[in-house]
Amino acid sequence: MYQTVLDAEAGGGSAALRDLHLSAYRFMLQARLLDEKLASLYRAGKIHGGVFLSRGQEALSVSIGVSLRKTDVFSPLIRDSAGRLAFGESILDSLQTCLGSALGPMRGRDGNVHRGRPRDGYLAMISHLGAMISVVNGALFARRFKGITDVVGATCIGDGGTATGSFHEALNQAAVEKLPLVLVVANNQYAYSTPNDREFACADLADRAVGYGVTPHSVDGTDLSACLAVLGRAVAQARAGGGPQLVVASLLRLCGHGEHDDAGYIDPKIKNSPLGRDCLKVAEDILISRQWADATELAQWRNEAVRAIETTVARVQREPAPDPFAEQWTAVSGTDLRETHEELGV
Amino acid sequence: MSITYLEAIREAQAVALRDDPRVFIYGQDVGAFGGAFKATKNLAKEFPGRVFDAPISEDAMVGLAVGAAIEGLRPIIEMQFADFSTAGFNQIVNQAATLFWRTKVPCSLTVRLPFGGTSGSGPFHSQSLETIYAHYPGLIVMTPATVEDAYSMLIAAVAIDDPVIFCEHKFLYYHLKAEALPSEALPIGKARIAREGRDLTIVAYSAMVHEALAAAAELAPEGWQIEVVDLRTVKPLDTDTVMASVARTGRLLCVGEAWPWGGVTAEVIARVASEGFGLLDVPPQRLNAKDTPIPYHPNLWAAHRPTARAIAAAARKMLRL
Repeated sequence: MYQTVLDAEAGGGSAALRDLHLSAYRFMLQARLLDEKLASLYRAGKIHGGVFLSRGQEALSVSIGVSLRKTDVFSPLIRDSAGRLAFGESILDSLQTCLGSALGPMRGRDGNVHRGRPRDGYLAMISHLGAMISVVNGALFARRFKGITDVVGATCIGDGGTATGSFHEALNQAAVEKLPLVLVVANNQYAYSTPNDREFACADLADRAVGYGVTPHSVDGTDLSACLAVLGRAVAQARAGGGPQLVVASLLRLCGHGEHDDAGYIDPKIKNSPLGRDCLKVAEDILISRQWADATELAQWRNEAVRAIETTVARVQREPAPDPFAEQWTAVSGTDLRETHEELGV
Repeated sequence: MSITYLEAIREAQAVALRDDPRVFIYGQDVGAFGGAFKATKNLAKEFPGRVFDAPISEDAMVGLAVGAAIEGLRPIIEMQFADFSTAGFNQIVNQAATLFWRTKVPCSLTVRLPFGGTSGSGPFHSQSLETIYAHYPGLIVMTPATVEDAYSMLIAAVAIDDPVIFCEHKFLYYHLKAEALPSEALPIGKARIAREGRDLTIVAYSAMVHEALAAAAELAPEGWQIEVVDLRTVKPLDTDTVMASVARTGRLLCVGEAWPWGGVTAEVIARVASEGFGLLDVPPQRLNAKDTPIPYHPNLWAAHRPTARAIAAAARKMLRL
């Protein structure tokens, strides 16, 4: 599909390109509205722990999700609510995790962005940055080991995460094994509060790809059309046997690191530069200017998304919280391998 | 015909590769070269496409194993030395160990750690790290002391659905021999009475079992009958077998090659003290390595870790009380 879209793009537009944009935009919109709901639930004291929003990174993230197939592997990171929805995560999974429902995929054992369904190729991140990349490598390695081809694995990291040893080890490993990995770096200019010039000294993070023997891609992360084209190409190249792809997107996080953070450290000059554009607004402008949608449709999609989110919040808020007395307090799966001392001694 | 502890480990991996198509081996120099200690000798040739050389990237090695385990495979990771597993520590304790609890997906992988002191190996090729891995929920930690256990426990480790830290002692690799490989084994998590006695219980694991047995032999002519318990797995810890032994002897001495602060010996004593205080005739004692990095020179190394002589001396003090 993506090659068709790319061909069509070269030819000046097509129904497929329009549908791809519309689908991507609607996931972006859902993600933004879901984020806004989570922020208000957080401020109302309804969410335990942190809330981490994706504002400003939806165009990049959604482009990963729509470029993957359901049979691929995806390990999203902290600001991938749009990519998660596009890859197939339900709003229900998201809200059950954020609100700590016992019925959700994480059962109150882990929260917020630490969610997934690993058996479906949808991995649940740990907090240590860079650590998921080699896990995606392992999933791709296993698929190849089992003779399954035509698979791509994508994962995301920020500019800060590129400074970890895990990032280096895993990207090198993917290159050595020639795995179909698409590693997406969202350079949102700040690692929490630390600006780029305290994280790395190379001119462009994409330059690093050459050193690993990996194909580089650069993209304006505020531009949905550009993100769809570049991610579509990177995923297609990985699928076609082109080895690992490193995509570096430039954009700005339009919120704090978490909802506890007012992001007062962000330089106003960057906010007012093209990097500070709101990708959702840019996407709306694209749809309107290309006459792929009108204001009535945008409003209708917004209303539909709000309704779906509100309905799901109402449902999840009625679901049971985890019960510490019914909890299985063991971390090993083998029933014959569990420690018995606690039962005897406590 | 006799077989060494190291050969048993190689044979166990051959059995795992032969019997289960989901098994593969990944580690530094494990392919055509057969591993730094030759624990994977000829396996790459016998099992084409199943044994893979890894770059020197312990973090990524374990991460890859976790991803493969999620996909239903059963990777065996060889760390060239246990010491270097600290470079992959995050993936072991935060990724592999938490996966089942967080997601219901079991993480069936085995990390082989060639560990423990050998003369001349120094601070970074001698460490005993079973304690730090046992500290984390979600991991099984095995410390086989015999050729038979090295073989049967490694086969069991690969078959277990949970991540296993398999601590294989380098000092035993060549020194320890058996006549044949076993066809039966004690269950995982069950300790073994390595020598029966009635006067004092020495709890040990891995190479220290042999030091404890030598100490027991040294004390026998003096009229003391020492019982030696081989823990086999330090996690889960077989508290019942230890407690039953202490109930017979009334004296407990725990011996470990790891550092003294916290650790397996402290855990055993804490459990016996909390659950079986009334069984103890004298205060329980423990012997560990000294609280320094592991020295290179043989004179220093021999004094750094517990030896049969040091164990016998500690036991005599307790027996005279």
